Amino acid sequence: MSQTYYFSLFERLWHWSQAVLIFGMLITGFEIHGVYRLLGFERAIDLHTTMAWVLIGLWLLALFWHTTSGEWRQYVPSDPDSMLASVKYYAVGIFLGAPHPFHRRRAEKHNPVQRMVYLLLTMVITPIIWISGLLYLFYQYWTVIGIADVPLGFVAVVHTIGAFAMLCFIPVHLYMSLTTSEKPFSYLFEMIVGHDANKN
Amino acid sequence: MCSFKSCTLRPFILLQFISFLIVGVTLEASEEIISSTADHTKFEALQQTFSSGPEVTKACLECHTEAARQIHKTKHWNWRFTHPETGEKLGKQTIVNNFCGAIETNYARCTSCHIGYGWKDNSFDFSSETNVDCLVCHDTTGTYKKFPTGAGHPPYVDKPFPPKSNKIWKAPDLSQVAQKVGKSSRKTCGACHFYGGGGDGIKHGDLDSSMTNPKKSLDVHMDTEGLDFTCSTCHQKDGHDVSGSRYVTQAKDTQGIDVPGRGDNIRSTCESCHGLKPHAVTINNKLNDHTNKVACVTCHIPSYARGGRPTKTWWDWSTAGRMSDEGKHIKTKDAQGYVNYVTKKGSFEWGENLIPEYAWFSGNIRYKQLDEKIDPNNIVAINTFAGSYDDPDARIWPFKVMRGRQPYDKGNNTLVTTHLFGKDSDAYWKSFDWNRAIKAAMQASNADYSGEYGFIETTYHWPLAHMVSPKEEALDCEACHSKQGRLDKLEGFYMPGRDSYYWVDLIGWLAVLGTLGGVTMHGLGRLLSKAKRR
Repeated sequence: MSQTYYFSLFERLWHWSQAVLIFGMLITGFEIHGVYRLLGFERAIDLHTTMAWVLIGLWLLALFWHTTSGEWRQYVPSDPDSMLASVKYYAVGIFLGAPHPFHRRRAEKHNPVQRMVYLLLTMVITPIIWISGLLYLFYQYWTVIGIADVPLGFVAVVHTIGAFAMLCFIPVHLYMSLTTSEKPFSYLFEMIVGHDANKN
Repeated sequence: MCSFKSCTLRPFILLQFISFLIVGVTLEASEEIISSTADHTKFEALQQTFSSGPEVTKACLECHTEAARQIHKTKHWNWRFTHPETGEKLGKQTIVNNFCGAIETNYARCTSCHIGYGWKDNSFDFSSETNVDCLVCHDTTGTYKKFPTGAGHPPYVDKPFPPKSNKIWKAPDLSQVAQKVGKSSRKTCGACHFYGGGGDGIKHGDLDSSMTNPKKSLDVHMDTEGLDFTCSTCHQKDGHDVSGSRYVTQAKDTQGIDVPGRGDNIRSTCESCHGLKPHAVTINNKLNDHTNKVACVTCHIPSYARGGRPTKTWWDWSTAGRMSDEGKHIKTKDAQGYVNYVTKKGSFEWGENLIPEYAWFSGNIRYKQLDEKIDPNNIVAINTFAGSYDDPDARIWPFKVMRGRQPYDKGNNTLVTTHLFGKDSDAYWKSFDWNRAIKAAMQASNADYSGEYGFIETTYHWPLAHMVSPKEEALDCEACHSKQGRLDKLEGFYMPGRDSYYWVDLIGWLAVLGTLGGVTMHGLGRLLSKAKRR
């Protein structure tokens, strides 16, 4: 009876708390953006800011965990050939019932497309949101750091673009993780209990 | 059981107790210590019969030797202010407004709110010490009232006003008033400042007679059951010079709390007591961050004319002069009972619980001078002011904007002064001839008049600073941070909740929809192909 633990307890906690926080921040963020009225502007701002700080704290922990455990390697882009093979699979093979060209193992738990998307998410989209968000939050101190001439509207636009990108990630992520496993919902199961359901 | 004895005794004991209480109270009253070090009833100089205001002043000056000379230096006395930056001659002496125009040639009526006696024409002696009116500010009896057409004097015999009406203005007992002087109060300041523009609440909107004894909800500082501030609690300085100005308004006080040795010693700004970070620190702390761009009063005066008195919002002089078929003056009222037409003054509109208008304001106000050209094709702003988002001295301020239509010089394209009040036939209120009224007033103002007049629409901005609500009633964020919010018209900056970039949002939502559509199509494709393969 050998079970592969793909996701450690920390990783699972990180994933789910991050999920909750990102949903919360999208909901409050688009309210602040004036799209709808739900909690009221002041409560939305309070919550959005609170969740931002929690998320930042969580990220610092995750950063520490990834560097010390060496798990950061999971997000290093694959070689172009296997990358291409995976893209081809999702574009064509998946409709023809072809097998996935990627063989998953503990040291390489994400397929090449996944790796790339997560890398983009963590290295591009998230920093865009964070940097613009922190600038937004500390708008009062722009003169101190010498960027008083930057219009707030510019930072707001960058922040908004980041939010839209994050919002686009969610349906893709949900679709892929909930429907592309061999056994239905086994990825979801994995992210809850940690180990591979197939070998249970 | 009640025995006969105790039943008769009880009322007796009660009586004794009551009489003890009465004695106690009277004893206490006679031993009451007043906060002033001088009891003016004990001054021999005041124990006489005064026949006029200046006589009282003369008696005051026997002890308060410098008081009149202090007053002589103030705007309250001179009605004149030279702007330190522009050098413009401002003040009531010269400014044309869109209420009753200007004081030139209308002195005796207008100067019923002057802090002096006898300013009935240009010959008034501004160096006279006995012409200073001490009582109008220091009366505590509430019986001293300047007569509306008395050039600053109170009535010395009981007189009706309006003339020939049965509303009698009682002559005050000057000796009694003089012996009861004290500090200024909401009532004394309000005697003029609540009635600007010719009646209760007309001019300011945030100052009217409801502020004499306001509730907490009307003014958190002046609340009679709470802080009970008087005007001079904030508007104070040494030597009768009162701080706070509409000519050089302090739109932003960066000094913070004033304590001896620190600050600018001007206590008439919110920051003087509340500091630069007045709100409790929260996770986002955005409220405190707002203080550099938003004046306190912008959120803390959610509406004005809140005390049950309306303020005038529109005054159209062009309709004045209409008579009834019998040749009599007309007076009509609107549905709420507010006067909306009088022959002498034209048409009015009033408002209560009004939402202010907002603008960037650095405190530097410019006023249209009498010799300044105006553009007759546009609404003329009688006062304009500097300020924008980029101006570090400016903040967003609330205003009452008075609008109206008033005469102007059609030939020269200038504002005009008008001779309204007087017994002579040039006065508009006698002959109803604008040409004569303008000619007479312009001559007195030493200004050129082409002889041709028209009517022009004007605006006049009044910064609001009173009727400060309790904090619970301050504006919510979304009053401004929303589409079509209160600051909808303010430009030059990005405001979250109000602003967004159309293309960014459009492309963003299309991308989200596209993604949703994409995964749906992908999923359906897989289902279909799977079904086919079977």
